[in-house]
Amino acid sequence: MQNRTFYNEILTEHNMHPIHKSPLIEPTASLRGVNPSCGDDVTLQLKIRDGVIEDGAFIGDGCAISQASADMMLELVIGRSVEEALSLKDTFMKMIKGKVTEEELDLLEEASSLQDISHMPARVKCAVLGWRTLAEILEKGEEGEEVTTEDGLR
Amino acid sequence: MIRTIEEIRQDFPFFSGTDLAYLDNSATSQRPRAVIEAVEAYYYHKNANPFRGLYDLSVEATEAYEAARERVAGFINAKDSSEVIFTRNASESLNLVAYSLGSLVLTPGDEMICSVVEHHSNLLPWQHAAKRAGATVKYMTPEADGSFAVEKLQELLTEKTKIVALTAMSNVFGQTSDIRALAAEAHKVGAYFVADGAQSVPHGKTDVQALDVDFLAFSGHKMLAPMGIGVLYGKEKLLDRMPPFLTGGEMIETVSLDAVTYAELPHKFEAGTVNAGGAVGLAAAIDYIEAIGIDEIVAREAELSRMAYHLIKEIPHIELLGAENPEGHHGIFTFRVEGVHPHDVAAIMAEQGVAVRAGHHCAEPLHQYLQIPSTTRASLMFYNTEEEIEKLAAAMRNIRPFMGYKD
Repeated sequence: MQNRTFYNEILTEHNMHPIHKSPLIEPTASLRGVNPSCGDDVTLQLKIRDGVIEDGAFIGDGCAISQASADMMLELVIGRSVEEALSLKDTFMKMIKGKVTEEELDLLEEASSLQDISHMPARVKCAVLGWRTLAEILEKGEEGEEVTTEDGLR
Repeated sequence: MIRTIEEIRQDFPFFSGTDLAYLDNSATSQRPRAVIEAVEAYYYHKNANPFRGLYDLSVEATEAYEAARERVAGFINAKDSSEVIFTRNASESLNLVAYSLGSLVLTPGDEMICSVVEHHSNLLPWQHAAKRAGATVKYMTPEADGSFAVEKLQELLTEKTKIVALTAMSNVFGQTSDIRALAAEAHKVGAYFVADGAQSVPHGKTDVQALDVDFLAFSGHKMLAPMGIGVLYGKEKLLDRMPPFLTGGEMIETVSLDAVTYAELPHKFEAGTVNAGGAVGLAAAIDYIEAIGIDEIVAREAELSRMAYHLIKEIPHIELLGAENPEGHHGIFTFRVEGVHPHDVAAIMAEQGVAVRAGHHCAEPLHQYLQIPSTTRASLMFYNTEEEIEKLAAAMRNIRPFMGYKD
């Protein structure tokens, strides 16, 4: 029963009824992220103005963890500045590596429900796909390259 | 003497320490105590480098290793033990034959026939051999039940066909084919037939002379033996003519800086220090299998397969790949759950104490052919119990509710 907490209600709800899974009208940036070996596929679209993520959405398919994680991420970062979003990304990555504090965990809101992924190495790349794609857009803008987590976190 | 399932389970130390329903046997089997102890006994009392030493211990190590070869030869009914080459696994066996037979018989413009069903291990070596020789690979498609039709092979065979390489049991469908008829068809045009027996050898009687295949590859670890020991069977007259695959120690007669005479079979194909402990373990695994009886193993697995097939068929929103009857599955059940990704399926089943495999099972071209990205596979073995099959079905029933579906 080691991964009982994976498929909690928060995760299944975001997977079955995602809030942000629909194409965005006139995004300012759009980037695709894939996990080739398991077929997770997320195209992230953002509307960024004056350093603030005004809106965001994703389209794609894949396992519940990849899709729900992207949805929870967008719920968290929409309305935040680019700096805040990147800081949250760092916190999420710390959580996935099992090195997060209780205070930091609170900052992640619903995304903190994926904490136990840190015990399941094979699923880590599913959880981080959306976040890695987000970071690529925010750090490199239009120059960002398609993201693959194949050689990602271990 | 027929033993009860409880008695059989007690032979496997693995089962005493876990409640896990281990249903990933097509990936690798568990090992009985007798196999582990045989390996231990070899390293405790007989270990020396086979073939090298001029002292008793090395002679004993050589004898243990060669006795294992005899045991394997008997198990598959090879004419002579020199036709049994020890490798690391079926993948290495197939690479060996593709490289070595390919170098011997392929010329530019030649053709080989493979199938879309194949495990990557019986696909990539042939693609590489084709590239090296300027030859091409043609691909056969399976019937709806996952088997290969002789008529389809006939259509693909030409005078240019030099090699036909097919699996004797699909690791996705669990289906078998009439290998003897397929091999005979290949022989009619002068082509050689290579059978991938990685799945078939552990689950049924194999007689290479009756099948009349030219080569057969299989792994020890899927049939109760340690990881790291595998077999390539080949007809002596072909192996004799084939160049070595790996070169190095103990595969030569004489070496100078500009010439080499290779050793006799089978040593020509066994460069470097051999896996004597693994070979001894494989022999012990065969002893174990034969003590239970291969017919008894087949009967048990057929019974469990029937039960699994009927239970799975009753579960809504499950699509089972392959045959529409239990006989065509040989303990392998590959399926999709509507609306749930296979990695989630396997993870949810793991939470319920059932170990299955998810992904493309090293058969990506087959999944492309079927136009499905990936699947989940449960695979059983004679040591599985009816309770474990019930647990499998219960876990499968729970998948969609678990993910928030109402039905």
